[in-house]
Amino acid sequence: MRLELLKSLNEERAARRAAVLVTDLADGAQRLVKAAELGADPLAEELDAALRMGKSRGAEAGGKSYFLTVQAPPVRIVCIGAVHISQALAPMAKLAGFDMTIIDPRTAFATPERFPGVKVIADWPDAVLSAAPLDRYTAVCLFTHDPKIDDAGLIPALKAECFYIGALGSRKTHQQRVARMHAAGFTDGDMARIHAPIGLDIGSVSPAEIAVAVLGEIIMALRKKPLRAEKAA
Amino acid sequence: MLASDDDILLQAQQWRQAGKGVAIATVIDTWGSAPRPTGSHLVIDAEGNFLGSVSGGCVEGAVVSEAAEVIADGKARTLEFGVADETAWRVGLSCGGRIKVYVERVD
Repeated sequence: MRLELLKSLNEERAARRAAVLVTDLADGAQRLVKAAELGADPLAEELDAALRMGKSRGAEAGGKSYFLTVQAPPVRIVCIGAVHISQALAPMAKLAGFDMTIIDPRTAFATPERFPGVKVIADWPDAVLSAAPLDRYTAVCLFTHDPKIDDAGLIPALKAECFYIGALGSRKTHQQRVARMHAAGFTDGDMARIHAPIGLDIGSVSPAEIAVAVLGEIIMALRKKPLRAEKAA
Repeated sequence: MLASDDDILLQAQQWRQAGKGVAIATVIDTWGSAPRPTGSHLVIDAEGNFLGSVSGGCVEGAVVSEAAEVIADGKARTLEFGVADETAWRVGLSCGGRIKVYVERVD
């Protein structure tokens, strides 16, 4: 591998950007395909599939054997609202291999006692997320029912092109949310990226059941379809 | 502590930038109960220092010595290890799995 290629690979990783190193196993020829340039590559479909699964693997094309070294940033879940659903979601997310952060400015909710072993930040989402920005490989869940708090997480999530945004609340609540976001300058296309009501429609009743529906929906968004912005690129 | 992929590839870059001969070994295929998944890396410098793993420790020695050759001649090669494979490699995987490892030099 050329040192320049290795440097680029490490740079992409440090910046939490996805990339695939393609190696021709017969002659050792290599290229680094960044996620944003993936569509133009001759192996685009193979690369896209490997990237979505987040797993390195071999590929055969045109009589040649390739190895695809996949570098996908670890996926994070950020929950706005230190509520019951977050309490149930936290251990499930951990089991499924996701890092989770909970943000809620209401100090009575955002306590370490309610969330043992979970990163809980008792501050406003916009303040937290300007210090530690969201990115495409982050799922954002809005759980507070309070527009002041939820919107402070929603706006950065829309701007960061998070692969998943879900919002708790009735359809009527969501209509009001859409109206507020339109007023803030977001488009219908942006609004279509919000999963509302949040979670797969499995008839969940309890907070834990809703957490299952949310985690399922996050996994579906991650694995079943290409990450939106990358596909468009 | 198990080194993460970040540390491993960054170490390879740093060794090379410090002027050392460096090889990267990557697990490119596995069969059966292989201990490390496809895509795992082991990086080796010309003195035999290494970071990362391609197995549970059973074939690292053989990969490290082969890496010395790769660093010397610059030719990438694919190595195969496993109990079922008795051709060139005397080192086996105790778990009964088989792995294929691609070893290349950093130029």
